[in-house]
Amino acid sequence: MNSRERILGRVRRALADKPADEAPIARDYLREHGRRTVAETVELLAENLADYRAIVHRTDSAGLPGLIAGLLEKRGSASVLVPPGLDEGWLAATGVTRVADRAGSTPHELDRVDSVVTACAVAIAETGTIVLDGSPDQGRRRITLVPDHHVCVVRVPGQVVSSVPQGLERLDPARPLTWISGPSATSDIELDRVEGVHGPRTLEVILVAED
Amino acid sequence: MSGTFVGMPAFPEAAREAVGNETLRGNLRHATHTIRAKRAKAVTEVSDWAELREAGKRIKDHTLRHLDRYLEQLEESVTAAGGIVHWAADAAEANEIVTRLVKMTGESEVVKVKSMATQEIGLNEALQAAGIHAYETDLAELIVQLGKDRPSHILVPAIHRNRGEIRDIFVREMSEWGRPAPEGLTDTPAELAEAARLHLREKFLRAKVGISGANFMVAETGTLVVVESEGNGRMCLTLPETLISVVGIEKIVPTWQDLEVFLQTLPRSSTAERMNPYTSTWTGTTDGDGPSTFHLVLLDNGRTDTLADEVGRQALRCIRCSACLNVCPVYERAGGHAYGSVYPGPIGAILSPQLRGTGSEIDASLPYASSLCGACYEVCPVAIDIPEVLVHLRERVVEGGEVTREGNKVVLRPAKGHAAERAAMRAARWAFTHPGALRTGQRAASRTRRFHPRTLPGPGKAWSGTRELPPVPAEPFRDWWQRTRGGKDGAK
Ligand code: SF4
Repeated sequence: MNSRERILGRVRRALADKPADEAPIARDYLREHGRRTVAETVELLAENLADYRAIVHRTDSAGLPGLIAGLLEKRGSASVLVPPGLDEGWLAATGVTRVADRAGSTPHELDRVDSVVTACAVAIAETGTIVLDGSPDQGRRRITLVPDHHVCVVRVPGQVVSSVPQGLERLDPARPLTWISGPSATSDIELDRVEGVHGPRTLEVILVAED
Repeated sequence: MSGTFVGMPAFPEAAREAVGNETLRGNLRHATHTIRAKRAKAVTEVSDWAELREAGKRIKDHTLRHLDRYLEQLEESVTAAGGIVHWAADAAEANEIVTRLVKMTGESEVVKVKSMATQEIGLNEALQAAGIHAYETDLAELIVQLGKDRPSHILVPAIHRNRGEIRDIFVREMSEWGRPAPEGLTDTPAELAEAARLHLREKFLRAKVGISGANFMVAETGTLVVVESEGNGRMCLTLPETLISVVGIEKIVPTWQDLEVFLQTLPRSSTAERMNPYTSTWTGTTDGDGPSTFHLVLLDNGRTDTLADEVGRQALRCIRCSACLNVCPVYERAGGHAYGSVYPGPIGAILSPQLRGTGSEIDASLPYASSLCGACYEVCPVAIDIPEVLVHLRERVVEGGEVTREGNKVVLRPAKGHAAERAAMRAARWAFTHPGALRTGQRAASRTRRFHPRTLPGPGKAWSGTRELPPVPAEPFRDWWQRTRGGKDGAK
């Protein structure tokens, strides 16, 4: 008998005393917490992002290229990683060297890039979370991991949901997902939260109003 | 389970040593009290906590009831998504599988993201014996590994170390393993975190093999989920070419939707955050993004034996949030090492004796490492009735009975007169002479009455045997008790 059969057999014998339970799970918890207007939900997202030390900016599509250029300049970035499907207009106002997100790049090469600019798949207001799903405007998972500065653009209100349950509904489990709530942090030293360990130490989120 | 710390004394002896260590006690008190208050706040933010907790409990119970079906479904969906599934009946088999998989890559080092399952099976030691070095990359695990120490908390394995001790460990040990600690390193948490970042980065960037556990596995989609803070998890899950995940069979949830419950309750219960900084999910492999080879090792190692116990099986609902450790008056004083297992605190007291059996002194004494005050049950996000299981296991130690070991039913003899019973009784005395904790033990008192007067020596006599224990400063704990008992999420 192989281990697969052995384990499954043990499970079946272990449960012999218990009647099958086919009743659906009662889901009487809330789909979202509290009632808010669309504008208030966006406001809550901004608040919760900032509460976990993301730097939040707001603009409209006309102001976006200038804002991104300004952030890269202020940071002193010489190079920026660009996912293949990023809206070209977003980087129109900056002259910083663009580095393409390529399968062949080594982690060491990525480590020499200063910043990365991406879009996102969805943002969750109640928890201050942005979720990336590897779509062409977000790129491979590692490009938002190795550089120390991540600029993430969220289209509001279209990409914003209130809650975790609503967020999961919008996401495709087949894609590799990265949920980000603030810059990397640790509580491992005396349970004090310290921002900035292995992931990007600076996370800037731009809430851009849809036209 | 091969994770017994070798030569571990039974709980009361180990606890007595720990209680005598002032620094350890101070570190623990500070840390657990901080997180306790924060957690209470994070939980009150969601008005439907009671409903989320109940749903979490039901989802897990339903999954366990149909575990065979969901395991088969998971295997199918992971395989369809490009992953390779392996089954390990025990620790030795899991270690053998992982060692073989690493050897196949030709690599002699791996990076690891914190995983209770791989600690439980002693994977690092097994790899080391095969000439493979495993680097722990979680900050706390790094502190433990560099300090040649043992973890003492599920979530914060170095909770017993303060910042000064951590600085000294970094300065002394980092150069042995790679990039040395920066010159003039101080003990501010930010500088210590920076030192760890620099030290580990070179390892991440060159790593070809990553090893992880998982917080959840979704049967319907084949998705694995890792919840973390630092980004070391993301590094291990995305940069290497080969990823090997070792996961206990009880970590399954049936559907993608089920995650909506646990992704709300886990961060609030563990780090007291609305959401932890990073959550990664992956389904098999993705072309051109992340590891091109993904192995999932499904681990039994005593879990099916635990499943066979009608009362004890609820321990398999555990999502390893560590909230029960942080509220436990016994853990706060004794520390994690006294439990002699990678699973310390209240959950360890019910899980280790079930995974490993109660054959050893330490395991027989663990069900007594509690005052049955019920605080652990109150905070548990999947409503595991830890006191109920403790009482059940005590009965088993004292009176014997039928249990399942490695899939076979065996009858345990009553432990009377044996070493196990003596250890258990010493532990009982230790726990029950905890004046502050005992006072709050009304909840379980009626159920356990039969174990008090008959089997325990008089309180005066017992107290004299454990004099070096400090009297319990009951105040903070009782405050907490009153506050949460008044809540609508209250005791039965
Ligand atoms: S037993 Fe409950 S409270 Fe303790 S770690 Fe497990 S889930 Fe958390």
